[in-house]
Amino acid sequence: MKRTDRQFADQDLSPMELSNLLTAVGQDRSIEAFETIFRYYGPRVRSFMAMKTRDAQLAEELMQETMTAVWNKAVQFDPARGNVSAWIFTIARNLRIDAFRRKRPVFDENDPVFVADNAPAADVELEGRQDAELLREAMESLPPEQLDVLKRAFFDEASHSTIAEDMGIPLGTVKSRIRLAFDKLRTALEGRR
Amino acid sequence: MTINHHISDALLMDYASGNLSEGWSLAVATHLALCPGCRRRLDAMEGAAGALFDKLIAREPVTGSDWEKMKARIACEPGAVTAVAEKPPVAAAPKPARSAGVIPEPLRSYLGGDVDTLKWRALGRGAYQIRIETGDPETQVRLLKIPAGRPVPEHTHEGRELTLVLSGSFRDGNDLFARGDLEEADGDLLHTPTATEDEDCICLAVTEAPLKFSSWIVRLIQPVLKI
Ligand SMILES: [Zn+2]
Ligand SMILES: [Zn+2]
Repeated sequence: MKRTDRQFADQDLSPMELSNLLTAVGQDRSIEAFETIFRYYGPRVRSFMAMKTRDAQLAEELMQETMTAVWNKAVQFDPARGNVSAWIFTIARNLRIDAFRRKRPVFDENDPVFVADNAPAADVELEGRQDAELLREAMESLPPEQLDVLKRAFFDEASHSTIAEDMGIPLGTVKSRIRLAFDKLRTALEGRR
Repeated sequence: MTINHHISDALLMDYASGNLSEGWSLAVATHLALCPGCRRRLDAMEGAAGALFDKLIAREPVTGSDWEKMKARIACEPGAVTAVAEKPPVAAAPKPARSAGVIPEPLRSYLGGDVDTLKWRALGRGAYQIRIETGDPETQVRLLKIPAGRPVPEHTHEGRELTLVLSGSFRDGNDLFARGDLEEADGDLLHTPTATEDEDCICLAVTEAPLKFSSWIVRLIQPVLKI
C-alpha cells in the first residue's frame, strides 16, 4: 500500500490493528489497548470538537466524554463489520449534537415497520475492515478540491451555502463536488468483490 | 416495495455529518427506515468521515496527564463493569417480522401512533393535515392526507421542500412517487403534485418555516425604528 501523501504520515495504525485493539478493549477490558486507542484518537477527536466549538476547554471535555463512551461501548463494536474510525466518528458526532442541544432523529432497527436489508449476511460480514482500507486509499486519490469540501462539511458542520461562500464558488459546484467524490468512493467500494 | 426516488448525496451527507436540522432529519431518517440501499450509502459516508478522521492532523498529541485523567475517569465508570456482560445488540436483536404497520420510526413516535390512531384536521377541499411539533424553528413539519385524484393543497412554497410518501402515491409531472419515495424540491420549482386516482395519499411534508417572511419585515423596519 502506498503511503506517499504527507498528510498520511502520522498514520501508524492500520484499520486491522485498530479493530483488534478495540476488540481487546471490548472483550478483555484491556487498559493497554485502550491507551493506544486513546493516544491515536484523542488528538483527532479533540481537534474535531475544537472545529465547531472554538473553545479549547469545551473541546477537551467533549474529547474526554467521547473516549469514555468508547471505553463503555467497546463491547458493542462488531469486528466483523468493524470500521473503528467510522464508529468513533459517529460517537463524537452524536456527542457534539447533544452538546449543542440539537436533535437528530434516527431509524430503529428493531421497529416492526423497519424494512430489513435482504442482502445475505455473508456479504455484509468481513467487509467492514476491507471498506476501511479501501476508503483510506480512495480518499488519497480524491482531487484536493473535493477533499476540501468533504472536510468542511463533515468537520466544520458548515452548511453547503456557507461552504460555497467561504470557498467563493457557486452552491451547485459544492453539490457536484460532493456527488463526484461519493461516486468515486462508491466505485472503490464496489470494486472489492 | 421498490423505491425509485432516494435521498440526494448532498442531503444525505448533511445528515451524516450531523449538520441537518431536526425537521429535515425526520424525513431523511424515516426514508432510511424503509430503504436499505440508502442505509448502505449512509454507511459509506460515515466510513468516509472515518477515513478523514484518520487523516485529520492533530496539532497536539495527548500528554501523559491527559491519559492519567482519562484513566481515572474510566476507573469510576459504573458502566464499565456491567458492560462486559452485555452482548452486542446486533447479535441479540431478532430479525423483525414484516408487519402491517404503515408509519415507521422515528416518525411514529413524533405522531404518537400509527395511521389508525391519528386525529386529522380538515384542511379544505377534502384534504387533511396533522402538524408535527419539533424543536426545530427552521422547518414546518406536517403529515398530509390528499384525497385520490386531487392536488396537494396550499402548494405554493418558498425554499426547500421534502415530501415522503407513506401510503398511496402522487404524480408530479412525469414522475410517480409511491411508498418510501422522497421528493426533494427546490424553492424555485413550480409544480403541482397530484394524488393518483386509486387511493388517498398520506405523506410527510417538511418545508422551510414561514417565519422567514416576518423576520424579513422586521429587518426592513429595524433601521427605521432604530431598534
Ligand atoms: Zn433510498
Ligand atoms: Zn412543492
